[in-house]
Amino acid sequence: MTVPPNQPAVSLPASALGSISRLFMMALLGGAVFLGLLIAANALDEPMRIHGYLFAAVGVAGLFLMIKAHYDAVERDALLALTGKSPRDGYNDGVVRAGVIATMFWGIAGFLVGLVIALQLAFPVLNFDLPWTNFGRLRPLHTSAVIFAFGGNALIATSFYVVQRTCRVRLAGDVAPWFVFWGYQFFIVLAATGYLLGITQSKEYAEPEWYVDLWLTVVWVVYLLVFLETIRRRSEPHIYVANWFYLSFIVTVAMLHIVNNLSMPVSFFGSKSYSLFSGVQDALTQWWYGHNAVGFFLTAGFLGMMYYFVPKRAERPVYSYRLSILHFWSLIFMYIWAGPHHLHYTALPDWAQTLGMTFSIMLWMPSWGGMINGLMTLSGAWDKLRTDPVIRFLVTAVAFYGMSTFEGPLMSIKSVNALSHYTDWTIGHVHSGALGWVAYITFGAVYHLVPLLWNRSGLYSMKLVSWHFWIASLGIVLYITAMWVSGIMQGLMWRAFDQLGFLQYSFAETVAAMHPFYVIRAMGGALFLGGALLMVYNLWRTVRDPATALAPSESGAAAPAMA
Amino acid sequence: MSTPRKDDVSGVDTTGHEWDGIEELNNPLPRWWLWTFLACIVWSIGYWVVMPAWPLVADHTRGMLGYSQRAVVADSLAKAKASQSGYAKRLAALPAGENPADPDLQSFALGGGRSAYAVNCSQCHGSGAAGAKGYPNLNDDDWLWGGKLADIEQTLRVGIRSTHPDTRLNDMPAFGRDGLLTLPQIADVADYVLSLSHSGAVSPQAARGQTLFAENCTACHGETGRGNRELGAPNLADGLWLYGGDRASVIASISESRRGVMPTWEGRLDDVTIRQLAIYVHSLGGGE
Repeated sequence: MTVPPNQPAVSLPASALGSISRLFMMALLGGAVFLGLLIAANALDEPMRIHGYLFAAVGVAGLFLMIKAHYDAVERDALLALTGKSPRDGYNDGVVRAGVIATMFWGIAGFLVGLVIALQLAFPVLNFDLPWTNFGRLRPLHTSAVIFAFGGNALIATSFYVVQRTCRVRLAGDVAPWFVFWGYQFFIVLAATGYLLGITQSKEYAEPEWYVDLWLTVVWVVYLLVFLETIRRRSEPHIYVANWFYLSFIVTVAMLHIVNNLSMPVSFFGSKSYSLFSGVQDALTQWWYGHNAVGFFLTAGFLGMMYYFVPKRAERPVYSYRLSILHFWSLIFMYIWAGPHHLHYTALPDWAQTLGMTFSIMLWMPSWGGMINGLMTLSGAWDKLRTDPVIRFLVTAVAFYGMSTFEGPLMSIKSVNALSHYTDWTIGHVHSGALGWVAYITFGAVYHLVPLLWNRSGLYSMKLVSWHFWIASLGIVLYITAMWVSGIMQGLMWRAFDQLGFLQYSFAETVAAMHPFYVIRAMGGALFLGGALLMVYNLWRTVRDPATALAPSESGAAAPAMA
Repeated sequence: MSTPRKDDVSGVDTTGHEWDGIEELNNPLPRWWLWTFLACIVWSIGYWVVMPAWPLVADHTRGMLGYSQRAVVADSLAKAKASQSGYAKRLAALPAGENPADPDLQSFALGGGRSAYAVNCSQCHGSGAAGAKGYPNLNDDDWLWGGKLADIEQTLRVGIRSTHPDTRLNDMPAFGRDGLLTLPQIADVADYVLSLSHSGAVSPQAARGQTLFAENCTACHGETGRGNRELGAPNLADGLWLYGGDRASVIASISESRRGVMPTWEGRLDDVTIRQLAIYVHSLGGGE
């Protein structure tokens, strides 16, 4: 088993570096408190005032954390002087543990809001006629919670775990990784409270306003620096494929986020801003962003996860190195062009639609390269599917990935899109990817990680993992089949003509026809949420139950990282 | 560490790299994968040749087929129009207020009317035209502005309280808000109005209301409260209520005045569609 070497030589002792970065952070946090209070005092709108106070409060909390970190460091250095051992030896798993907890917390929150809005569509009375609980505000809360809070935390946590193991080096920085973690949580809280208070810049998956975007930019750049610096310090000659995918995800999301959110605030003290782009240019920029959020956040990032956890769990070599190179480069080159397929049959010029559609079709095999490498890695280990429900999650995730990345190019074909666009079919497609691929690969990775991170002998109950798998799978099947039927029906009803050439249905009639499928979808969502609750219970017991505690002699073997 | 070894299970060499125990096999690209990928690329290049595809400095490649989405839409709209133009011309030539005698023309009018209704009218009047509070039921024979075909067509054309210069306009005063009557007086009038559609003895309040009604309301609603379609004054004696027939609703109507609005459809819909809508609404059950 591999053991990370000591820290690379630096000109300053690590403890001095730590104090400098802590002092720097404290200055920043002091500035944040001042800025937050300034904004709160001068805010032009109520949500901005609330966010100003929130900013100041987080700054104060951060200052306390820094002071605590200072005393911890003093204690640690004393320990180091005594024993010659430092907690800095070995991998930084504290931030990964925090990330896993955040992943599950936001996952449950996001699934729950998803269930609520699914029920609202079936039973509109559940909007409660309140501005804070209506569908229009809860829907971005759901999408952001599952994509950015659940998915984002899963990616940050696993990338921090994987990059350390595969580079055989401790994560760069002491404060910086924690800044990424807490900064990202603060971004989520700002975004979520903003939605509920009615703030939005009306860009799908990019709803938060300018000041939240600026904050995320800072956090994301630090994330990139931590990741890059860790790779630079690696003690492996080569960079493992999982890290290529993680890095492409971090870099591209930074670019997408910055360009799509270029805007001019009305005032420094107000939440409203106006986009740099307008009209069809704005739409194209938005869907260049939106589609690549799928491509680089939900595909490339999670492929990074797949490339570590599938071979690790299967204990088999990755199927083909050459395939991983070719599908990586073709995937990231092709994906960036595919956005215009969200704007078929709109004011977008024909030529841009053509490029969006053809690049989506060329993207089919590059996407499937990941599926092939994932599934074929199982050759020689397929029997594990019978005995290990965790690998069942991982493999099913790859299968759903394959299905979604076939369905996507299919739906990008203009004549198919003419039927599917704006219908529930799209919602079904997104959820086969989100529930089947993103959530399942995350569940598999988290089930794998928790016993390792908390030094336990294994999961509390494999039976519960199995129950989770079957309940959630039934939920997904109900969800996506309901949306296929409802979406195709909806599309057919919209375009139905009678023999004289007159439209056959009113919009309200199509809505009424979809009611039963909305109910089935909500049932699917409830099952999925139920499965995730089982998982949280199982993980909780894993960490807390004496039965999974390691005997002292075993603990060294199961936690090789802790030198 | 970077020496390849043979994997026992597959018999394939590894690349010799290893990260945290993970190795990679040196398998070639699956042939079917490579060929499908290349086929997708070739197909896309072919598509670029025939369709508008690549941006140039001031223009874009047009493609051999000369395809244009706008042209396709214009063409299919023109085709649809052309296929209906025979019926449409005959319907337009029909004198206003006359139902088509030809059953084919009638079903053309009803089909087009039903479809236009679903898109433009159902939002307020409901999918089944049963209306809602403040939005008239179009199935019954209680008409504010007349239920003859010509009346319905005129209402559609000019709207109610709309931006059309000839808009239909009924202008009942807000008796309470404008201080024309006191609240007790309004309550009395409401009792009288309610008694018009109820049989039985007239209460003392209603009797007081009758005098007030005669002084304030008969000019539009008539001596017996049966309304006046010329003025858009509703019939108060038929037991059908647009804004509710309970005492509180009637008091609110007298006190505040209701002033429902319907848009003018002239200019938004063509003449033939307006005629189709009129014929469709007329056919719903209340047409006169």
